[in-house]
Amino acid sequence: MPVRFGVLQFPGSCDERDALAACRRVGEARLVWHEETDLGDIDVVVVPGGFSYGDYLRAGAIARFAPAMEAVARFAAEGGPVLGICNGFQVLCEAGLLPGALLPNEGLRFVCRQVELEVVSTDTPFTAELERGRRLSVPVKHMSGRYFAPEPLLDELEERGQVALRYAPGHNPNGSVRDIAGVRNRDGNVLGLMPHPEHAVDELFGSADGLGLFASAAATLGAAHALA
Amino acid sequence: MPSALAVGTANFFAVKARVLIRPKEGILDPQGKAVERALPALGFEGISHVRVGRLVELEAEDTSRLGELCEQLLANPLVEDYEIVELEGA
Repeated sequence: MPVRFGVLQFPGSCDERDALAACRRVGEARLVWHEETDLGDIDVVVVPGGFSYGDYLRAGAIARFAPAMEAVARFAAEGGPVLGICNGFQVLCEAGLLPGALLPNEGLRFVCRQVELEVVSTDTPFTAELERGRRLSVPVKHMSGRYFAPEPLLDELEERGQVALRYAPGHNPNGSVRDIAGVRNRDGNVLGLMPHPEHAVDELFGSADGLGLFASAAATLGAAHALA
Repeated sequence: MPSALAVGTANFFAVKARVLIRPKEGILDPQGKAVERALPALGFEGISHVRVGRLVELEAEDTSRLGELCEQLLANPLVEDYEIVELEGA
């Protein structure tokens, strides 16, 4: 049975179609409108990039109260895999599903460019099939992507292996602390990252490295299905 | 949202309040820095420690839950401090 992805769609989302297309390369996928609360048919949730609810107040601050996000919180609490990309990462942090916060870029400019990432933790369904230390070439495009957490929390995150992805040396585009590009929750089923793997799924885009995260989730979940 | 909070319409019983939200001490505030760097060019000397935050004005029938409102929505307590200033009745 193919793995079924659900890609959230808020008013103001703009990367949900690319995310959907990326998911469909490795499994089945459908959009989940922000008012939906039934994720019964979904194996993996993707919270995509964009400007949910206009990013009013703070990026992700309003979206966390969407009915679909309450469903995602329940889904995640039951161990369901959730991937937050860019605005999706901001939403997951605001919702408390991931630690830390995303602040305006250090340079105060919108950054839009290809960056190199390093896989730090393979303890998530999205990175399980990748090797530690592997480099991924993936684009970033954001205004508020500076990852921040207080020092003691950062130490805890590093200790527990919750830093999942780092910008390679010289590639930190926004001033994120400790070059952090992506973090996972304690259990490892929720991952958020600022770069956009869904925009790097075909050599025509300049890189297909991003597909690895979706393929990894499909493989991990597919194996779980086979056992069930 | 608590139903006690009037939205959009004038309310005789509501109290005006102002919520000031600012980046926590020690957190890099690039907006404040950019403003500060622009000042000497305009002839403003001796101004430092510029921090840029947000101001939210609202009217509330019951101000007892404003702290909760700030914690849950208006501010992100991990990175921002907030201050509630109650003004005269509407």
